[in-house]
Amino acid sequence: MSPIFYILAALTIAGGLATVLLKHLVHSALAVSVAFAGLALLYLELDAQFAGFAQILVYIGAVAILIVFAILLTRGAERPQDGVFSRTWFVGLVIAAAVFAVLAWTVMQSIRAVLQQTAIPAVTVRDIGNALVGRYVLPLEIVALLLTAATIGAVIVAMHEKERPKP
Amino acid sequence: MTTPLAGYLLVAALLFAIGLAGALTRRNAILVLIGIELMLNAANLNLIAFWRFGPHPELLTGMMFAIFSIAVAAAEAAVGLGLVISIYRHTNTTDLDKMNRMKG
Repeated sequence: MSPIFYILAALTIAGGLATVLLKHLVHSALAVSVAFAGLALLYLELDAQFAGFAQILVYIGAVAILIVFAILLTRGAERPQDGVFSRTWFVGLVIAAAVFAVLAWTVMQSIRAVLQQTAIPAVTVRDIGNALVGRYVLPLEIVALLLTAATIGAVIVAMHEKERPKP
Repeated sequence: MTTPLAGYLLVAALLFAIGLAGALTRRNAILVLIGIELMLNAANLNLIAFWRFGPHPELLTGMMFAIFSIAVAAAEAAVGLGLVISIYRHTNTTDLDKMNRMKG
């Protein structure tokens, strides 16, 4: 494995850890952007250029901005008085550790059976476009419908309602 | 030493566990959504790694799965954050420990 992989993996994991551990929500949003960027670079390292740039455009360009908007609109940047972790944080930590242990054990067990294709796949953006309008045209249309519905739904859900007395 | 595919799978598993820990331990609803995004991204990394090291990368199956998954995750983020803002308007908090009733 190349040293580049280790650097990118360390960057991604560090971004993820910082996201979960940092107390200030805006810092968390910044850290999650780092994790998304590390993942995009890992996609490039895996010769999936289109997915890597789609990741940068969609996640760093749109999702991170949405998260920052939500944090600022809900005054989430103010630090809560009674800690950032929930009362049952220990149970959550144990569950997450158990999930990682099972996944890592499974990967290490199946290490001899895993596939090893080493030749770089010769896939161009033209091939991806042809596949999108050929074999995958129905999923593409469904995703288009889903995105339209999600946009309308998000606007309706977050739309300002009639003033009600504050509790 | 581990093979390349196993390395990517381990990174994805660790990222998934980190996202799960964030979703289960943090109080703020926005950070729970960020944890879910991290888990979705870990799954995407698995899909792309299997596509890269699988027997038929020219069929583009794993890559297409990852691209559609990115699109669906973007829709999920928009609706989820809209819900958080809507709940914040009702209850004036994004603390999940204080959202303990279903009546609006």
